[in-house]
Amino acid sequence: MQGDIAAMGAYIGAGLACMGMGGSAIGVGNVAGNFLAGALRNPSAAGGQTATLFIGIAFAEALGIFSFLVALLLMFAKGF
Amino acid sequence: MAGEAEGQGLSFHPMDQFAVKPLFGDALNLTTVTNVTLWMAIAVLCIFVLFVLGTARRAVVPGRMQSVAELAYGFVHKMVEEVSGHDGLRYFPYIFTLFCFIVFSNFLGLIPGALTLTSHIAVTGVMAVLVFLSVTIIGFVKNGTQFLGLFWVSSAPLALRPILAVIELISYFVRPVSHSVRLAGNMMAGHAVIKVFAAFAPLILMSGIGIAVTPLSILAITAMYALELLVAFIQAYVFTILTCVYLKDALHPGH
Repeated sequence: MQGDIAAMGAYIGAGLACMGMGGSAIGVGNVAGNFLAGALRNPSAAGGQTATLFIGIAFAEALGIFSFLVALLLMFAKGF
Repeated sequence: MAGEAEGQGLSFHPMDQFAVKPLFGDALNLTTVTNVTLWMAIAVLCIFVLFVLGTARRAVVPGRMQSVAELAYGFVHKMVEEVSGHDGLRYFPYIFTLFCFIVFSNFLGLIPGALTLTSHIAVTGVMAVLVFLSVTIIGFVKNGTQFLGLFWVSSAPLALRPILAVIELISYFVRPVSHSVRLAGNMMAGHAVIKVFAAFAPLILMSGIGIAVTPLSILAITAMYALELLVAFIQAYVFTILTCVYLKDALHPGH
């Protein structure tokens, strides 16, 4: 046996944090899909809304990045 | 390094590329010249060359360098004007500086062997906190206590407003965190993924199926690299446009 139970917990937790990716993926897909659906209905208005699209994607994606951050903290920030 | 031989078999360390190392000697204190210093200097030098040399001749029919400089300037100028309104243009130099620095450090980080400055939370954190502080100060200077109307959603029913105020307050103070972590996380994750794929190629070559898998792995690196080029630009764009959005909130706090 190597390591200890705390390290095992940290590794399992880091792996579980990857589930956050799924939520973020659903969010980004929703934003982009709805944008495309709207853009195909009214292509002339789509050009002016790309900034909004990217802001929406950025907000949805930030929460996925937070789960990455949690995984990093579990892996590398020892001594809490 | 990828595929570095170490004791038993091969091992790879995808996070090694982000290590801060002193350039000369091993002492690490506040004034040590590290690889971060070096790449920051290179980024600043590149920006300087692009904009000083690019606009030195000011030809009516722009050359290649002048076109790039003009395009970048026009792109950010239009973004600031569209998102934060005409009075936001006073702060355009700061926003343009942020954009240039981020875009150059993102792209320089894609050179193999280079350090990605924006993958360090210390670098992006300073930028995000400065944006947060300056935007808050601008909001209070321009609007006085009216700025607090940002947290009092006047279009909501009266009973809901205190709850919404708490939520708005929390989301306001989370801004610098998400602003910096988004950029650093994207850069770090993307570069680590490239490194992991890059390590697959030599690792799997050792086994029997390597002849078939290694070319696939190299193709995957190429595809990831192309995606990273896109992400490097989009993240700089997102950081800048969110700065504009925060600035708009400070200049026009009404909902």
